[in-house]
Amino acid sequence: MSTSTVTATAVHENLLEFLSKRAKSPWDPEQDLFASGSFSSLFALELVMHLESAFGIAIEAEDLRLEHFRTVGAMTELVLRIRGRGGE
Amino acid sequence: MTNPQPQHRLAILGAGVMGTAIATLAVGRGLPVTLVDTDPAAADRAGESVRQQLRLAQLMGKLPRGGTPGELTTGTSAADLADVTAVVEAVTERAELKAKVLAEVSAAVAPGTLLVTNTSAIPVDELADATARPADLLGIHFMNPPYLIRTVEVIRGPRTGEAALAAATELLTALEMTAVVVGDGPGFVINRILQRMINEAARIVEDGLATPAQVDELFRGCLGHQTGPLATADLIGLDNVVDSLRVLHERTGDDGYEPCAALTAKVAAGEHGRKTGQGFFEHGGTTR
Repeated sequence: MSTSTVTATAVHENLLEFLSKRAKSPWDPEQDLFASGSFSSLFALELVMHLESAFGIAIEAEDLRLEHFRTVGAMTELVLRIRGRGGE
Repeated sequence: MTNPQPQHRLAILGAGVMGTAIATLAVGRGLPVTLVDTDPAAADRAGESVRQQLRLAQLMGKLPRGGTPGELTTGTSAADLADVTAVVEAVTERAELKAKVLAEVSAAVAPGTLLVTNTSAIPVDELADATARPADLLGIHFMNPPYLIRTVEVIRGPRTGEAALAAATELLTALEMTAVVVGDGPGFVINRILQRMINEAARIVEDGLATPAQVDELFRGCLGHQTGPLATADLIGLDNVVDSLRVLHERTGDDGYEPCAALTAKVAAGEHGRKTGQGFFEHGGTTR
């Protein structure tokens, strides 16, 4: 998935699958990960690494903020923004 | 705090969970660090581990995102320690191993160089016997991970000198940590209480009185603890918990510290907690 275009739907689906697997139940995309009790904030680093490998991006220090990783929507936005910046 | 601290130069011995985490704290605050582990594989992994932990600390807003991190050098031998201002020993929690490492390092550094042991439970004065200059040694019990938990327990042994205490205070100030200085003894303050609590919590699970989730929920919900005893044990590492309990048991003769079967069985099965993905709880992956 690191080549060509990545759509918001693709990022969204990928994250839902990843989070549902980890939470061991279907993940509601509107839910705040760290307020839900399902994930500790330490899990944020795993999300960073997952997004980097799944979408071929590098998340720089300036974007390492918990608010970018709170919801599926916020993460999708981040991935698309970084890919848009680095791309063509 | 964006200015590096050129006056401090740290050597850390042992690139396990605590060694790499203390290195993360120090480079994150701009201090140059030499991180040494005699196991080449551990030394190899250390750079990447520190890099990822630095990102975790930045994610949590606990270390600056801007600024230049201190330089990290990794290696397998503590040969060149001539110019370090402090050495932090963070090897496995075994008295004979710690004593051996402290003896070597105390012979290699300039007199007056601060020697720190990050022991969980071994009395500082016992380890001081192995060093060339007991006055230079004190204990700093960093929590895991120290870049997220800003308070440390500083242990002043009966032979620890004023100069060592002053140097430690200055170092901890540069690391932006808060120190609580306490007296020496097996387990000091935290682990004399905490390790026993973990052992008792594990025994309660072993006896079938409650599940790990129930034990922890009671401590969080009723006592306001942020993390329950068994999740804390998983975070510390159950191997380290068993080692610490043995240190306490041997030195106090108090059978309450004898590691219970539930703990030793998990360690024997390779379930060491968060770092292996499984302990009293399942951990969805590791940060290392």
